[in-house]
Amino acid sequence: MQPVYLDNAGTTPPSPAVIQAISQAEQETWGNASSTHFFGRHAKQALENARIVLANSINAQPGQIVLTSGGSESDNTAVVQTALARQHLGKHIITDQIEHKAILESMKYLETLGFDVTYLPVDETGHVAVADVAAALRDDTILVSIMYGNNEVGSRQPIAEIGELLKDHQAWFHTDAVQAYGLTDIDVVADHIDLLSTSAHKINGPKFMGFLFESDNVHFKPLIKGGDQEKKRRAGTENVPGVIGFATAVKALTPAVKAARQAQFAHFKQMIVGALQDAGIKFAVNGSLAPTELQHVLNLWLPGVPTDALLVNLDLAGFAVSGGSACTAGSLEPSHVLTAMFGSDSPRLRESIRISFGSINTGAQIQDFAEKLVQIAGKMQTKNAQVLS
Amino acid sequence: MARVLQTFFCFYRRQSRKDGDLMTKPNAQTRVVVGMSGGVDSSVSALLLKEQGYDVIGVFMKNWDDSDDDGVCTATQDWEDVAKVAAKIGIPYYSVNFEKEYWDRVFQYFLTEYKAGRTPNPDVMCNKEIKFKAFLEYAEKLDADYIAMGHYAQKMVDTDGVAHMLRGADGNKDQTYFLSQISQEQLAKAMFPIGGMEKPHVREIAERAGLATAHKKDSTGICFIGERNFRHFLSEFLPAKAGKMMTPDGQEMGEHTGLMHYTIGQRSGLGLGGNGTSNEPWFVVGKDLAKNILYVDQGFHNPRLYATSLTATGTTFIAPNNRGNDFHCTAKFRYRQPDVGVTVHLQADGQMTVDFDEPVRAITPGQAVVLYDGDECLGGATIDHAFTHERELQYV
Repeated sequence: MQPVYLDNAGTTPPSPAVIQAISQAEQETWGNASSTHFFGRHAKQALENARIVLANSINAQPGQIVLTSGGSESDNTAVVQTALARQHLGKHIITDQIEHKAILESMKYLETLGFDVTYLPVDETGHVAVADVAAALRDDTILVSIMYGNNEVGSRQPIAEIGELLKDHQAWFHTDAVQAYGLTDIDVVADHIDLLSTSAHKINGPKFMGFLFESDNVHFKPLIKGGDQEKKRRAGTENVPGVIGFATAVKALTPAVKAARQAQFAHFKQMIVGALQDAGIKFAVNGSLAPTELQHVLNLWLPGVPTDALLVNLDLAGFAVSGGSACTAGSLEPSHVLTAMFGSDSPRLRESIRISFGSINTGAQIQDFAEKLVQIAGKMQTKNAQVLS
Repeated sequence: MARVLQTFFCFYRRQSRKDGDLMTKPNAQTRVVVGMSGGVDSSVSALLLKEQGYDVIGVFMKNWDDSDDDGVCTATQDWEDVAKVAAKIGIPYYSVNFEKEYWDRVFQYFLTEYKAGRTPNPDVMCNKEIKFKAFLEYAEKLDADYIAMGHYAQKMVDTDGVAHMLRGADGNKDQTYFLSQISQEQLAKAMFPIGGMEKPHVREIAERAGLATAHKKDSTGICFIGERNFRHFLSEFLPAKAGKMMTPDGQEMGEHTGLMHYTIGQRSGLGLGGNGTSNEPWFVVGKDLAKNILYVDQGFHNPRLYATSLTATGTTFIAPNNRGNDFHCTAKFRYRQPDVGVTVHLQADGQMTVDFDEPVRAITPGQAVVLYDGDECLGGATIDHAFTHERELQYV
């Protein structure tokens, strides 16, 4: 049996169209886009065409799209450079406890520089309350960074409401949309978003590629210093083939495609949850099964089934899922997202897995997976029951 | 060595015929989970099993959180080496976190023993509680038939299906001392693929197979302390209480930095040569925990360092003991020491008295006493007290 990939929140395979586009660009459009000669102009044109596609995808202008190496660079730039540029206006920043590490580590760094960061809690379904944002907001708040949707539990944050709340406040509004970008329609104008991070490899594009949207009122010094590329906002020779691949992936994600994926992944979730229920497996969903959430992530708590052993069993059986982020020496770190949702003493921290769907998955694969999961989890739960009785 | 090997293979074959359930399974369907440390011994163990056609899975144990230390951080490098070796051999590999288990079951014991003025052996405890317990339980969750370790020890199963542990064929590397506390059930599930080899041969195999760990230096010291300064490490967990250093006659010789820093028989580091009755160096010959006094005296062969018997607790036998309560065998009192002839007297509650055929230097409370019959490691216990002709030596 071919191994089944169910870790699409981690990364996704580049689509055949993307591979084709990049391959062609590497042969035809390899010039340095900053060069004034023919080769450069040719690359520059391709680059700008791709930028238009990226801008359109979130209702932005091409000049507002800064190409980066991906989500982490976009997040670091948005958080750290904003803080450095606006410290004369205040040193207070608001974020939440379930952000990606690229945000949280940037915040920690800013704290060492004397910034005051508020980490908002989330409820048991992984949601930030707009009222909490409003309550935390101060006159000296310069940035609010709340993710669009969470990578571990799929919870979607109230972005439009937070944008509305902040539109007349000095604080810039940043959202990490790395997970949401491929599944939901984003409108930076309607939602009053100032900064938005994306990553290409989460939507079947190439790795080491992404963009940071910067609205016109945003000005700060570049994180990566050097040449004048990207209107002096990000130095380094542009990865033209990469951007072309990124744009190819984005073009495939029409509103209809995104809606269809949400529906398909919701169905996958129901298949797995249904199979567990039918087999009498003890489990709970970490997060919510509501249709408004990002549907590509299903995070499950299986009481009595240690994450590490389950992951290995699934891997050996040919199913790739995730159990949180790997820390030193390949061992799993208790998830900070589940910790924020359930507390550091919760058994869920050691007995949960994340299954995440992508365009390559089929119903047959999900069925096979559900059967295997029932078999392995059932065996471990039965053994535990015997030990306890 | 030839004899040992012969015995080993002979019994091994017999085992193959006997243990129906497991042994009728062809190797390809026998799952072996190898504890891979990132060292050459476990690397070659995994390689040999793979070559023998077993269904091999490599697992790295992360037992100590050293991520916050700005100093030595070897776990990451070790894990990288496991990845390289496993990829080369062509086996899946994973990492399992036993930091909590290690902290609760090994490190707490380690600290408690030091607080009691004794010298614990965390490697013995690590084998008993982690490698052959937590790890074995984990491997069973992966449907393992066996676990395998890169220890220099050998296993044979007799005609009654009882597993026995034999010394590693490399006398210089034999690790049965550290394995002396494991049980019959634990040993029954274990394999030691390099136990019948000499270390240079193991390195040769690694080199020939192009394993990244072929020339890696052997780890030294206790796993969680690594190459760090031991006193400094200990001081992070236990407050050291300085006190008087005295001769057994009551003469004050200066200060000690804390009783836990000293082990019976070690050079006291006094540099007091000229102050005594001779020019001989000074050694730690006793401790008084209640009064916080360290006793020192002159001469490596100082009579206060020689015991004729000991008492021990927590006696375990690897294979059921059929020698009665009183028997003669040989024993080791620390790693890599030559065996000494002893007479064992078993008592109730896992206690035993061990009388030595000849006086033994620096018997250390907290260390393991391990019993042997020829090449077989019978089991062991933890040393509590040392005596010279019925009189207790003041070692704790």
